[in-house]
Amino acid sequence: MENKTIYMDYNATTPTDPRVLEVMKDYFFEKFGNPSSIYEIARENKKEIEKARQKVAELIDAEPEEIFFTSGGTESDNWAIKGISFALKNKGNHIITSQIEHHAVLNTCKFLSKIGYEITYAPVDKYGVVDVDFIRKSIKKETILITIMHANNEIGTIQPIEEIAKIAKENGIYFHSDCVQTVGKIPVSVKKLGVDIISLSAHKFYGPKGVGAIYIKKGTKIETFIHGGEQEKGKRGGTYNVPGIIGLGKACEIAKEEMEEEAKKVKYLRDKLEKGIMENIPEIIINGHPENRLYNTLNLCVKYVEGESILLNLDFEKIYASSGSACTSGSLEPSHVLLAIGIPPEIAHGSLRFSLGKYNKEEDVDKVLDVLPKIVEKLRKMSPFWEKK
Amino acid sequence: MDYTEKVLEYFRNPRNMGRIENADGIGKVGNPVCGDVMWIYIKVRKNEKGEEIIEDIKFETFGCAAAIATSSVVTELAKGKTLSEAEKISNKDVVEFLGGLPPIKKHCSLLAEEGLKAAINDYRKKNKK
Ligand code: FES
Repeated sequence: MENKTIYMDYNATTPTDPRVLEVMKDYFFEKFGNPSSIYEIARENKKEIEKARQKVAELIDAEPEEIFFTSGGTESDNWAIKGISFALKNKGNHIITSQIEHHAVLNTCKFLSKIGYEITYAPVDKYGVVDVDFIRKSIKKETILITIMHANNEIGTIQPIEEIAKIAKENGIYFHSDCVQTVGKIPVSVKKLGVDIISLSAHKFYGPKGVGAIYIKKGTKIETFIHGGEQEKGKRGGTYNVPGIIGLGKACEIAKEEMEEEAKKVKYLRDKLEKGIMENIPEIIINGHPENRLYNTLNLCVKYVEGESILLNLDFEKIYASSGSACTSGSLEPSHVLLAIGIPPEIAHGSLRFSLGKYNKEEDVDKVLDVLPKIVEKLRKMSPFWEKK
Repeated sequence: MDYTEKVLEYFRNPRNMGRIENADGIGKVGNPVCGDVMWIYIKVRKNEKGEEIIEDIKFETFGCAAAIATSSVVTELAKGKTLSEAEKISNKDVVEFLGGLPPIKKHCSLLAEEGLKAAINDYRKKNKK
């Protein structure tokens, strides 16, 4: 990455690790074959794909037969939710999810609600932890699926997945978890979590964009989502994205080896950033759970100023962060996640998300700590709500 | 967000930012959807012809970059104008001046027009008799 820029938006996407890119390269030209063909380069490809599948399985403690490649997190979420809904439509039509899911889940549920499914949105507490009791009480005989994300992309709060999965199991209901923000960042074991389906995406952990996977526990009744050829045992049509899949496999292999080291380093930087901001800027609210939160994520609200204005000023300094705020996402309303944790709209507009990753350095954090207080002060001077002291 | 150079420049270096103590008129407007708020302060005096002129004008804005840039532009356009001239400034003038705004940001310029009008109305109300 260009060294003048400071990238702190790793929850949005990550740069591809050069080692990942290296193994992908061959599959664009020399080994470009279609794995479904019969000749040798095709057979070779098929073998490599199976190796990648093995690596994905190892990272999440699953069996290779339970891994299916997709185009990414959004497709996996769509497949999980629609696939279960369609497969079990004679059993029931009720789905339980939460108010703070990613739009890939929320909008899929919204679609299903238009064609006869009933959706219950579980609330969260002020830290963004989903109300497990509410979920338990919402279960009825028509409930066919519970879908709750592992960690929230905006505020980083990690959900009590094991507990919810247990409730789902006791009631004979399938449980899906969108693990896009956790796989590759923290240890994810599908067995320990007790989930039936999870979604994951390569570009969130230094793999390429456009490829991901879904874990479907053996024996799960789920409808095909992408109809087509016989790829993925006929469950997911479409020519294999060979370089992407190989890249995903490599990203999983690297994550498995280096995740722990990295977590320590990134957490240190995030904590330093958090502490520095709290000490140097008055009237800041930190969002998300104090402990059960992704170690790389720092979401905060800067009172009396608007998120987009801060982001643009950071951008002038070549610092790239994001905001749950309206303006950046092309809609005007504040983040649904911040509203769900009870942040008033005018404060939610001042939200800012720094999500760090393995290429961040200590001087990046120092630079942000140097410029951010000045930016906030300048903008607050402009704000009618800021009482000049 | 696709902002023009001009928007970014006005956002970066806003003109007439701040508050006027003992302002003759204050316009407070906001957009309930995006939550942005703009306050416009004016100081009015009469010229030799007896016309009321905006002698000084300042703004305070809680809002996006477009809201800040349009606040700044509207104050520049209005400064030194008679009240009746200033009243004719529309959000189109502001958008044109800035070389355009992204569609989703058009309402920000409306806020600037409304803020100025509200400040003038406030002045008129206070100076009725
Ligand atoms: S987004 Fe509403 S004023 Fe700019």
